[in-house]
Amino acid sequence: MKKWTHSMHRGRVATAGDVDVPGKMKTRIPVVLLACGSFNPITNMHLRLFEVARDHLHQTGLYQVMEGIISPVNDNYRKKDLVSSHHRVAMARLALQSSDWIRVDSWESEQAQWMETVNVLRHHQSQLLRYGTQMEGLDSAAPELKLLCGADVLKTFQTPNLWKDSHIQEIVEKFGLVCVNRAGHDPKGYILGSPILCKYQHNIHLAREPVLNEISATYVRRALAQGQSVKYLLPDAVIAYIKDHGLYMTDSSQKARSTQKNKGKTS
Amino acid sequence: MEGIISPVNDNYRKKDLVSSHHRVAMARLALQSSDWIRVDSWESEQAQWMETVNVLRHHQSQLLRYGTQMEGLDSAAPELKLLCGADVLKTFQTPNLWKDSHIQEIVEKFGLVCVNRAGHDPKGYILGSPILCKYQHNIHLAREPVLNEISATYVRRALAQGQSVKYLLPDAVIAYIKDHGLYMTDSSQKARSTQKNKGKTS
Repeated sequence: MKKWTHSMHRGRVATAGDVDVPGKMKTRIPVVLLACGSFNPITNMHLRLFEVARDHLHQTGLYQVMEGIISPVNDNYRKKDLVSSHHRVAMARLALQSSDWIRVDSWESEQAQWMETVNVLRHHQSQLLRYGTQMEGLDSAAPELKLLCGADVLKTFQTPNLWKDSHIQEIVEKFGLVCVNRAGHDPKGYILGSPILCKYQHNIHLAREPVLNEISATYVRRALAQGQSVKYLLPDAVIAYIKDHGLYMTDSSQKARSTQKNKGKTS
Repeated sequence: MEGIISPVNDNYRKKDLVSSHHRVAMARLALQSSDWIRVDSWESEQAQWMETVNVLRHHQSQLLRYGTQMEGLDSAAPELKLLCGADVLKTFQTPNLWKDSHIQEIVEKFGLVCVNRAGHDPKGYILGSPILCKYQHNIHLAREPVLNEISATYVRRALAQGQSVKYLLPDAVIAYIKDHGLYMTDSSQKARSTQKNKGKTS
């Protein structure tokens, strides 16, 4: 957990241009962004999602982003090549050392079972109502918690039996979505093709990242297994952690190494 | 053995080009965490802009006399190769941009290492050029599987608009830019063009 000193941040609210605009800030809706995912490992692209989303919401003039939360998925999700959550949380913490507004939260990863995204949202919502954000405490109005994701996640709403319809509705109706576009996706099309998303499109914010920044964690794992450099794709501190702990030395996408990978994990 | 970043001379007069002492300083900050890449300010300190082949010749002669910063003269003289993106390889086709004799010297005497970028076809550029074809054994095509198109043009525009560029540049470079008030205006924004008229030819 980051330790905030209130003297650092109380009374100072940053806009996209890092300029204080005292009077206007009071009318903006406070927002907290939550990103769920494997973060296996966390990359600069994950971190960019937050920066792009915050700038986008600030530019609407309607919102003030108070905090960002990274919530790595539970180990019981059993995704292929998923390293232990204590590593994934530790790497995210290292990656976020230089951020003054994004933090990692290990609650989801510490539960006994994997849980659906909507449950994670409900948990953090209730925490915000009881304690406020780590930065502002309970002095300010309760922020709106929004799910932050890439356009690829928005597309998964279409996959049969992956999401419950009632959950999709709760996410877009009660919380809200901030979706950062990725190359090869058509988020507007995904919304138009879904009655639920269409109905709550006012609560779905589409942000654009003009740089092509498709640093896939899958590629990073493969590069590491092949001994290739990932410098400048991940923060240096995360790369050092990976080397120190011998993570991602093998990669299931390489068939030649598959005999070393047979550890009984279901994928 | 070594990587060298050589920022261009200010007299190149490219739009929005900040002073070379800043560009060299920013590269130095970005390279603090690298144990094999360094920045060299020789090109930027010359009185005039110079063609790439002259920069190559200079560094080649430095390597022959002094060796690399790491190994000195103990090891065999290294081969100096020009590193570029596929977009630069494409510019060899642009009429009157490069001298044919220079292109030949680059690929014959030095060698090229070209990292592919989205939307380019480096093999096609080579096949379409007799000089490049002839020396293709000396042209190495590397592939970066991640789409990582962080254009400096976009970064300058984002900075001018007050948007975040965190995680696109090293933190130390972002801090330098803020401390020195660089890139606060951007010529690609027409509304700000009146502030940009400082007599520089673009």
